[in-house]
Amino acid sequence: MALERLFRRKRPSGVNRDVPELWTKCEACGVQLYKKEFRENLYVCPRCGHHHRVPASERVAMLADAGTFQETTGLKPLDPLGFVDTKPYAERLKAYQEETGRQDAILGGTCTIGGVPAVLLVMDYAFAGGSMGSVVGEEIARGAERAAAEGRALVIVAASGGARMQEAALSLMQMAKTVMSLDRLWAKRLPYVSILTDPTTGGVTASFAALADVIFAEPGALIGFAGPRVIRQTIRQELPEGFQRAEFLLKHGMVDRVTDRRKLKGELVRALRHLHPGVPYAAGV
Amino acid sequence: MPLEFEKPILELERRIAELKETARSTGVDLEAEIRLLEERLARLKQEIYGNLTAWQRVQLARAPGRPTTLDVLEKAFQDFLELHGDRAFADDPAIVGGLAYLEGQKVVVVGHQKGRDTKENLYRNFGMPHPEGYRKAMRLMDLADRFGYPFLAFIDTPGAYPGVSAEERGQAWVIAQSIQRMSRLRVPAIALILGEGGSGGALAIGVANRVLILENAWYSVISPESCAAILWRDAKEAPKAAEALKLTARDLLAQGVVDAIVPEPEGGAHKDPLKAIQNIKEALLKTLEELKGLSPEELYQDRYRRFRALGAYAES
Repeated sequence: MALERLFRRKRPSGVNRDVPELWTKCEACGVQLYKKEFRENLYVCPRCGHHHRVPASERVAMLADAGTFQETTGLKPLDPLGFVDTKPYAERLKAYQEETGRQDAILGGTCTIGGVPAVLLVMDYAFAGGSMGSVVGEEIARGAERAAAEGRALVIVAASGGARMQEAALSLMQMAKTVMSLDRLWAKRLPYVSILTDPTTGGVTASFAALADVIFAEPGALIGFAGPRVIRQTIRQELPEGFQRAEFLLKHGMVDRVTDRRKLKGELVRALRHLHPGVPYAAGV
Repeated sequence: MPLEFEKPILELERRIAELKETARSTGVDLEAEIRLLEERLARLKQEIYGNLTAWQRVQLARAPGRPTTLDVLEKAFQDFLELHGDRAFADDPAIVGGLAYLEGQKVVVVGHQKGRDTKENLYRNFGMPHPEGYRKAMRLMDLADRFGYPFLAFIDTPGAYPGVSAEERGQAWVIAQSIQRMSRLRVPAIALILGEGGSGGALAIGVANRVLILENAWYSVISPESCAAILWRDAKEAPKAAEALKLTARDLLAQGVVDAIVPEPEGGAHKDPLKAIQNIKEALLKTLEELKGLSPEELYQDRYRRFRALGAYAES
């Protein structure tokens, strides 16, 4: 099942549909990129280093040890409020499900990461902007509880515009639910590492994503509470250069490390090995 | 300033007052006319206040003269001693808190504070806290735990402040921390939504064993205006967004997001603030009584179960 999903992946958001299939363009510097090489370079532009968004299934492949990932997610969203804006929420859900091949905005399961047993949860920005409704909240809480029960580390890759509007107060409550579920890991002295990718904002930043033992951020990722548009409207001024980017957060003390995606797995493994009480020191791992 | 939907009521009230004045000054007997209009007024009020739309309630939740946290602390509690500062950066006037007695019972209190006039509103930043406000709230949670006193939180904010300074100082981080800190309290915790429950900035002090809400208050993931601006691409569609968000007290009770509704006087809490505050006091005392038998560990587990159960999904 998990493998099937890996191959059924969607094109990355960086793809410009106007150029021939084999080629794509860097979103930042515009250089032509040979897709195969672009993928092999983990969607990082070899010329300017811009980190493009990554489909959730490929993120799993980047971080989990080969052949170890067993998917556990698959809860289905409902439409508890019968929400209709310019389109019914139920229709939007169906469209996202068809587009991504996923029930909701999260893909997760058990695996090892550098040999360390883990629960890995990856938010999928392609599904409703990675927004957190009841399903995402419940999958994260179950992931944390599973990690605690099975002695695994918890790794969450955040990519989300925040809480999902169409489930309103119930989405808001997921912030409390996910935060509280982390206590189960605390009680067992199990590590929780959060990886903030572009973008991570709103109720996701302001809940589980901010509370990890170690927080990584990808270069250039937009990370914050309020979105830049809302802030611009509030203060009626242009925002400072680099505002709410990963490097800004590092400078202000909110994240531990800004790590190039091509080095991320290595650093993640080191952090997990350091933190996990069950993993001894081993030279040169 | 009257709310648009109240205008027919105010107009009728004005006419009744005029008639009474005429009767008094001229000595003409207008008793029958006045009684007729008063009956009509009662029906009109019943019709308007008995069928408030979500958007009308949002307006009531923001009405000037509605009791604020400090009003409640001054009138429902005894000897409120305000404590200031986050011990790290500043004192945030958008969040107030301190020590108080409720019918002689020691409690620690905290709440968002809106201004009661324009000048105070500017000082209070319209009840939109910066990170230091939440750090002050966490400090008070520590105090409640240390002495074993119940922790009471009053929610009334359009949301946490969305500005450059707030982001620089980690708005998202302190909201997450405040949620976590409050969830870990080993004392009874009650939150009461007085007016506006705007998103994470509200939830940061809303992780309580019991969550109460005033009849016309709202609580949601986003304000109706912001929701309309995003989903309808027009903030003027806020009335539609208010309806869709199911953010009224009754809707929230059905979703399990709140545990009880505190009634307001007819026409909203601002019509008779003292009556509203009396209702708040009674609801708090009743809820504290309900939580009395629980041990510190049971209080923590009770809160965990309460929030763990919220959400709607289907198994795969």
